[in-house]
Amino acid sequence: MTTTVDRPRPARRVVDGAPVALLLIGVAVALFALIPLIHVVQYAATVDPDVAKDQLFRPRIGMLLRNTLGLMVTCVAASIVVSVACAWLVVRTDLPLRGLWHVLLTAPLAVPAFVNGFGWVSLTHSVEGFAGAAMVVTLSYFPFVYLPVCAALRGLDPAHEEIAATMGLGRPATFARVVLPQLRPAILGGSLLVALHMFSEFGALKTLRFPTFTTAIYDQFNTTFNGPAAHLSSAVLVLLCLVVLLVELRLRGHRRYARTSSGSPRTGESSPLGALRWPALLVPGAVVALALGVPIYSLVHWMQVGSSTGEGLDRLLPTALTTVSYAALGALLSVVLALPVALLVVRHSSVASTLVERSTYTANALPGIVVALALITVTIEYATDLYQTSVVLVAAYLIMFLSRAVVSVRASLEQAPPVLENVAKSLGVGALATTWRVTVPIVMPGIGAGAALVFIAISTELTATLLLAPLETQTLATQFWSESSALAYGAAAPYALAMVLISMPAVYLLSRTTQGRRPGKVVEP
Amino acid sequence: MKTRSIALAVPVLMLSGLLSSCSEDDGPSITVYNAQHEELLEELAPIFEEETGIDVKLRNGKDFELANQIVTEGDASPADVFLTENSPAMSLVESEGLFAPLAEETLALTPKQYRPESGNWTGFAARSTVVMYNKDDIAPEDLPKSILDFADPQWKGKVSFSPTGADFQAIVSAVLQLEGEAATKEWLAGLAANGEVYDGNNIVMQSVNDGETPTGIAYHYYWYRDQKESGENSSSTELHFFGNQDPGAFVSISGAGVLESSDKQDDAQAFVKFLVDKVGQQALADSYALEYPLNPDVQLEPLVKPFSELEPPTVDVSALNGPKVIELMQDAGLI
Repeated sequence: MTTTVDRPRPARRVVDGAPVALLLIGVAVALFALIPLIHVVQYAATVDPDVAKDQLFRPRIGMLLRNTLGLMVTCVAASIVVSVACAWLVVRTDLPLRGLWHVLLTAPLAVPAFVNGFGWVSLTHSVEGFAGAAMVVTLSYFPFVYLPVCAALRGLDPAHEEIAATMGLGRPATFARVVLPQLRPAILGGSLLVALHMFSEFGALKTLRFPTFTTAIYDQFNTTFNGPAAHLSSAVLVLLCLVVLLVELRLRGHRRYARTSSGSPRTGESSPLGALRWPALLVPGAVVALALGVPIYSLVHWMQVGSSTGEGLDRLLPTALTTVSYAALGALLSVVLALPVALLVVRHSSVASTLVERSTYTANALPGIVVALALITVTIEYATDLYQTSVVLVAAYLIMFLSRAVVSVRASLEQAPPVLENVAKSLGVGALATTWRVTVPIVMPGIGAGAALVFIAISTELTATLLLAPLETQTLATQFWSESSALAYGAAAPYALAMVLISMPAVYLLSRTTQGRRPGKVVEP
Repeated sequence: MKTRSIALAVPVLMLSGLLSSCSEDDGPSITVYNAQHEELLEELAPIFEEETGIDVKLRNGKDFELANQIVTEGDASPADVFLTENSPAMSLVESEGLFAPLAEETLALTPKQYRPESGNWTGFAARSTVVMYNKDDIAPEDLPKSILDFADPQWKGKVSFSPTGADFQAIVSAVLQLEGEAATKEWLAGLAANGEVYDGNNIVMQSVNDGETPTGIAYHYYWYRDQKESGENSSSTELHFFGNQDPGAFVSISGAGVLESSDKQDDAQAFVKFLVDKVGQQALADSYALEYPLNPDVQLEPLVKPFSELEPPTVDVSALNGPKVIELMQDAGLI
């Protein structure tokens, strides 16, 4: 059966420390991911202290700080509530059409937040401001929490709950005291992604007129060559990101969650909802209507009323192909980079491995424009020939979205028993071969999920693509942006719909990886 | 294993495809960093390509986004020509010494007041500041006589604008040049207190049309363009031109310049000359853009208020922009 233990059991861990090669690879990945952060810190350090003081201690910075933190806390809390409620209904009750709801609740990931924002605003201006921003960001990013919570709920050993029940605990008490604690890593990992994405969210918040650090940084770059102001704001944002990473680390604690002994794995019983079975549909129904129904209705509406509808359609297919190519390549490479990082942090836990892992998260919180300008500087200085080639653009995508892959691979690895690897090693299989033949298959669902998340992120990335893409390369996102900035909503809508469509297979994959497959189950290679 | 190698092969093939697609090289070409509306250049560039056989490759972005990129790239910049919507971003690149002087014959095509004395770049299109107002919410006689009046408390919640783009910064630069620092400061403080802030002139127009705010500050062509397309976002609105040399009648200049780092000087110079010469200017006038051509031989269609009736104030285009504008806008809490 599964046990949750507070202290690692050295006997069941790989005790020989991290292989040097793995550690070196991890450090290399971390340094790569840190390029934008190093650039920002380096720049901020050269700013005249008086200028820095003026820039940092002005009322607008205080306002941005309040806005950013307030929105982050609200969105994380709302995402947890929505996700846990929906995940519980879908996984552990007899809610009608559970499979369909699961796919629909994953699907908001396919609707880019800025498309969602456009969709809402074009219907009603009342979504402008804090409440609307909190709603749209939550609706766009809650699946980051929903998916791991679903996976965790499916992976829980029902024995705990049965024991709790025999001890006389009611269903709510069992949920609060037995189930919820075991969902903690899933909730924390997902919340971390929600927080980081909210930090770097630009298009949606611009549209909803709710200024945060990221929109302010973009404005500063876009109003003038205001190097110091923009870089100092970026530094503040990085600091916020580091705080969130530390908080998550503290809350996560040192528990381990892998099954430590054999047992008969089975999924928990469904709790019948009884008379509430049909009314309960209102919960996922409302979430799906708000997160999917509104933006899609709005896109279709634009196509019907826009007089520019039909313009530039000849470019739709090639643009979609380019977008898919970048997204597929980036997704593949990101899981390749994420694997050593996840292995280090889960299997060879140390300060160094934690630092490596956390390094990969930092760029996620930085706005695309900051990442892009950092890469411009670095490429122009050290690799001029690569400048404005696909290589640099893919590098930017990897830096920005690596954390999505790391979170997924890590989560699946955490629930895989290290004892299998030890057995392989004891049988004389080398370290790399063990990784390839034992570990990789175990974490395949996590790899798939990570790749799918990165695929979706790249196919909707905007600001870095604008600056770094090879000449005359358009993606669906940049094309949508330029059409919609020109108010040609009719011409823009097909590009938004294409973004949604090409993300759909990835979304389906995501919903599959968290469905039916028990974490820890060994997949035949 | 088979499926896995296929899974690997597909993206690798895609990468090689992506790489090879950008190394195509057939005939002369120039790279234009374009912050003017993309659609406009997509109408102009093919005419130039037809005339000269020089291929025009566009990188599209916004004024300061691309100006920042050019400054960061320095001598290694792949750009041959830089085009903006407003002049401040041109001034920024000029102040870094990155422009090559334009040919005399190119400069001669544009009236003196619409290009800097340095001759390092030239204006090629113009846009007039306007106030859009909602016909149902406000009567024409209640509109302010000067753009400075919007700072008056009676306008609280009744005016919208988009302070974060290069567009509005150009207007603030003009106010600063015409009215001085103290007056600009006061004006911005009033505007910050009164105004609804949106992102982009199109959104300002939409908000006025939707009756969110009765008036909005923007440039003329957004309105004319929407009227021509469908009028959906401007049907309840009208335009108010300040005229009378008011700072609010400021005409902002779109700039074109050749980068010194370019090793295709002749082709780049030829492109800028094309933009300000008759053919290019006529194409601009005939395009969807509805921005004013600057070449005196070319006129915009009569739908748009004639350039000669705008009565703009006299400003020095090379002296717009500057850290002062940013400082003032930051002090007012607008950026």
